[in-house]
Parts: sequence; C-alpha cells; structure tokens
Amino acid sequence: MIKLDKISKKYFIGQPNELEVLKGLSVSVDKGEFVAIVGQSGSGKSTLMNIIGALDRPTSGNYSLDDIPIREMSDNQLSEVRNEKIGFVFQTFNLIPKTSALHNVEVPMFYLGVPKKQRRARAKELLQMVEMGDRLEHLPNELSGGQKQRVAIARALANNPSIILADEPTGALDSKTGRLVMDLFHKIHKEENKTILLITHNEVLANETERIITLKDGEIISDSSHKTVFTKGTTYDF
Amino acid sequence: MIFENILLSLQSLKANKMRSLLTMLGIIIGISSVIAIVNVGSAVEKTVNESMSSFGASNIYANVSERGEQSGGGGMMMLRGPGGGARIRTGGANRLSGKTPTSSDLISDNMISELKEHFGDKISGVSLSLQGGQGRGQELELYANVSITGVNADYELSLNPVMLHGRFITDTDVENYSTVAVVSDRFVYNLFPGKDLESALGEQVKIFKEDKIEIYSIVGIYEYEQMGMGGLGVSDADTTTGFYIPLSIEKLKLVEKNYDSILIIGGNTQEVVALTDELTFYFNQLYFNNENWTVGVTNMASMLDSISETLRTITVAISAIAAISLLVGGIGIMNIMLVSVTERTREIGTRKAMGAKTFHIQMQFLTESVTVSLVGGIIGIILGNLLGMLVTPLMDATPTIDVPIIFLSFGFSMLIGTFFGMYPASKAAKLDPIEALRYE
Repeated sequence: MIKLDKISKKYFIGQPNELEVLKGLSVSVDKGEFVAIVGQSGSGKSTLMNIIGALDRPTSGNYSLDDIPIREMSDNQLSEVRNEKIGFVFQTFNLIPKTSALHNVEVPMFYLGVPKKQRRARAKELLQMVEMGDRLEHLPNELSGGQKQRVAIARALANNPSIILADEPTGALDSKTGRLVMDLFHKIHKEENKTILLITHNEVLANETERIITLKDGEIISDSSHKTVFTKGTTYDF
Repeated sequence: MIFENILLSLQSLKANKMRSLLTMLGIIIGISSVIAIVNVGSAVEKTVNESMSSFGASNIYANVSERGEQSGGGGMMMLRGPGGGARIRTGGANRLSGKTPTSSDLISDNMISELKEHFGDKISGVSLSLQGGQGRGQELELYANVSITGVNADYELSLNPVMLHGRFITDTDVENYSTVAVVSDRFVYNLFPGKDLESALGEQVKIFKEDKIEIYSIVGIYEYEQMGMGGLGVSDADTTTGFYIPLSIEKLKLVEKNYDSILIIGGNTQEVVALTDELTFYFNQLYFNNENWTVGVTNMASMLDSISETLRTITVAISAIAAISLLVGGIGIMNIMLVSVTERTREIGTRKAMGAKTFHIQMQFLTESVTVSLVGGIIGIILGNLLGMLVTPLMDATPTIDVPIIFLSFGFSMLIGTFFGMYPASKAAKLDPIEALRYE
C-alpha cells in the first residue's frame, strides 16, 4: 500500500552545503500494519514522514500510495491526497484555536466537500468514539493535553484515511495520558483495521507495535517484523 | 463554502473584538464622513433650490453692470449667467472700479415702456422696485419695524405674496400717487394687537423714517414668511417686514429715478432661456454705444444651476478628502491581515495538512478581510446617516438619505476589503505546509 522505492531527499542542491537527508530508502508497508519508525534526531524521520504524508516530494525515487504515484503531483493534488488518504496526528496537537472540538473534527470533511449535516454527525460519532462525546463544544484551550490529542485523533480519522501518520503523539503528554493515547491507537488499529505509522524515539512505545523500522543517517539500518502480544494496562516508563 | 467562510470570519471578528474595531475604524470614519457630507450637501442643495424657485423660475433679471467686469466682491450674489458677465445685485449700485453710472446709463421708464412694446406678450410684466430704506410704524408705545419698498403692480408677480386680505399695489395707485401700503400680518399684530386682521384694512399708519413721518392707509395684508436663516434670534416684536408703497410715491423722495436693475417676468408661452437670450441681444443693442456700461441678463434657472453646481463641487471635493481615510482604512486592514496570517501560520499549516488547497486558504483570508471592511462599511453607513440627520437641521435644511450613495459605499467597502486582502491572502496561501507546521 505504501511503497517507497529508492527515495532520496536532498537540500541545498548544487550548493557547497548540499545535504542528503534520505539516501535511497526503499520500504513498503501493507494495509493494516502498525509500524513504528524510530531513530535519533537528525536520522531523517521527519523528512520521511513529510514524504509519506504527501507534504513534500522526494528529490529522486518513487513513492506510491494506494498505487497512486505521488512524485509528479501538483501542490493542489497533494492537498487532495492528504485530505482523502492521510490522517495526521502531531506532537503539538495543532488543533485550530478558538474553534470547538466538533468544528476541528469537521475541518478535513469541510475541505472534502461533505455537506454540513453529514459532517456534524460524523464528527459527533468520532468524538464519541474517542470518548470526547461530552466536550463537543469545548474550545482547545479548555481541554487538557490528552483530551486535545484525542480530538486530534478523531480529526485524523474524519475522512476515513488509508493511513494514520502519528508524529510523536505522546511526546507532549505525561506517561498516564500518553498511555491512554497509545491505547486509543491500538483500539483504532484493531477495531478499524487502520494502517498506522508511529514516529517516535521512544523504544518502549515502538515495541508495542508489530514492526519497527530504525533509521540512522538517512538509511534504514533495521526493519524487524515482530508480533508482540500487547497487554492492556501494562505500565511503561516513557 | 462562501457562507461558511463568512461565518468563520465573523467568528474570528468576534474573537478579537477590540482589534477588529480598530481595524474597521478607518473604514468607519471614511464611509460615515463621505455619507454625512453627501447627505448634508444634497439637503442644503435641495433647500436652496426650493427656496430660490419660490421666487419664480420665470423671473429674468436685467442689471446695469460695468463692461469687462467678470467677478468681484460685494452684493448679495454675483453670478455669471449664460450671456457671460451678467450680474445680479440687490441693494444699491456696486461699482468695483469706483465708477458710478450716470442717470443716462441706468434703465429709464421710457426704456421699460419700449421694452414692453418690443416684446409684447412674450413678457407678462416688468417688476420694478426702489428701496426706501428702514422705517418704523408707531402707534403710541406700540411699534413695528419695516423695510420700505416702492413697487409697481407687476412687482406682485415676482414677489408672489400670499394675500390674506385686501389687494396689492395697482397701476392706478402708482398713477394717482396714492398713499397706500401693503403690509404683513406681523405688522398688523405688532401695531394693532388683538385687532382682527381684516378690520385693519383702511387703517392709517404713521411710519417714522429718520426725522420724517409718512402716513399711509393699509390696502392689503400679506402673510409674512420667515426666510431661511434670516431673522434668527429676533423676537416677533422686532421683526422687520416688507412695507410696499406705490413706486411713484417712492420716486418723489429720490433724486435718481432710473433703475440699475429690473426684473422681467416671462410670459407663459415663452421659454425662459430663449427669452433670456433675446433680452440679452436687445440690451446689447441698446447699450452698444455705451463705453462703460452694459446690461447683464440672467434668469433664476441659470442661477440655480450655478448654485447647485457650486454646492456639488464643494460636496465632491470634501468627500474626496474624506475618502482618503478609506485608503488609510484599507491599508489598516492589510496590515492587520498580514499580522493575522503570521499569527496563524500554524493554523494554515494544519489546514493544509488536512487537505486545504491554495484556493481554500486564499478564500478564507479574503473573506475575512472583506467581512471586516464590509462590517466597517455598514457601521459607517449607519453612523454617516445619523450624523447627516443631526447636522442637517443646523443648516436649516431638511435631512435627506441618499440611497445610491449607500449602495455605492457598500460596494466600495467590499472593493477595499478585496483589494487590500488580496496580498495577505495570497501570502497565506503560498505558505509551505512543512514550514508552517514547524512555525513557533
């Protein structure tokens, strides 16, 4: 489903300080996988995530998502891909300020052109799923970090995307709320059979997933598929 | 989509009330002052028109004026008619160069007779008047101030008084040197308080003028109308009203018996403009050999036109100055929108990550700037009209509301919002989502 073929990303091309952040990566992820991408800062994680998330284009190599080649797309076409196929969850939540939880979840559907009534109903449903059904009209600054992230996850699911891209989703949370958020990802993975890409530098969290891809200096140094039995309620040290 | 964008903009307006108000201030001030000025201007124009045309639109003035003179000070009004150089004066001859026309330069009774003969029924009358100065009617301790004017019968056509009782001065009065007078109702009230108006007819009144006393018997009473701004602050008892006596009586008291200005009343069938041209031609021939003096001919319509034109020019000029604040307001909007774009960089990044296209972001910010300036415009329209209604009565005019200018203002504020919102909106839309998401 996600197919990266010899992806490289260079900055400052042709200048003395030319920088190759990704050096010909090839990897593919199947539908329904829960993958952790780990690596030190500077390893190219974020750049890889930007490319997978269709926010950026690779300098060379091919990337196809659901058999759609991404590389030659215009900015507006990339917007469409992001809108329909990708759900983002950010470390800093990135909810739209002064806008209710309900409206925040409606945003991706608004850009897809879903009629207001349907949007409203779907947003309510999703917020109920993330156990935020009693805070529909709350503004982001009236919510705690964990609550914000749950709204963000509901928003990521709004257009029923192919993949959920979560960039350090627990990075700004304490261990207890971080746990709840991780539980939510597991729930989504199991119940909705969503493909989830979790970018983290936390090995404990990574070990909860089915597959760990480790990056170093723009290259994949290990790709281990493993089936761990995840026990709900286990405490981890974040 | 558009509707939701508008709702979104209204929300963000509400979220930053103080800032929104300050942003709109330029537009509010600009629109409201333009509207107030236009409303006051057209109200004054309308009032001037109404009060001027009550003098009679078919009146044509012929004045003795100095050759080559185009403009100058003095006199009540001085306007150029279509013939060029024609002037209107009230009061005595006004000689800019210090020269005074001799008796032969002025319009004589003979010339008037010839004029009447020449034009026949193209003219319905020649209104003649000579100022007799200020006087005071006195009866024991009671008094009434008057301004004495010697008139002929045709003067009634130009004065157009509302006669309550009796009659106006007639040609017979003039021929017979009758010591009769037409007075105002106010005059009667002041001099004969409590007396029935009609029974005042035939009363003898003593008029004290300097050290002389003249006695007239009342033959007519007209309704006194207070004119415009004149007479403000003067009590009813002290009000000076017109006191009309036969022209011949007034002439007895004067050395100069010729006229420096006459008023010709057009006939019903005659076009005023055409008649004005014919009269101009007539007088030009008559004064062809006069080196210093000529007769300028002008009519009420052309005077009204030039007054209206002047008023309109003033209105447009002041409005243009006021409109500069619209430009300032527009720049204010652009400034705030740029701040808003920077402030909301992360929001823009997030929206783009969620699938917003360039067009969506552009529309969002454009709608916001248009909404701000439109709301400002609407407030300005309301304030401007209120201001106009407050100020207009002070100028002795009836308040008017100019509907086209309201629509124009509405459209103009929309235009300002669009124009000055364009750059910030495209700046927002061009943001790189990755950079925007990382923005602190």
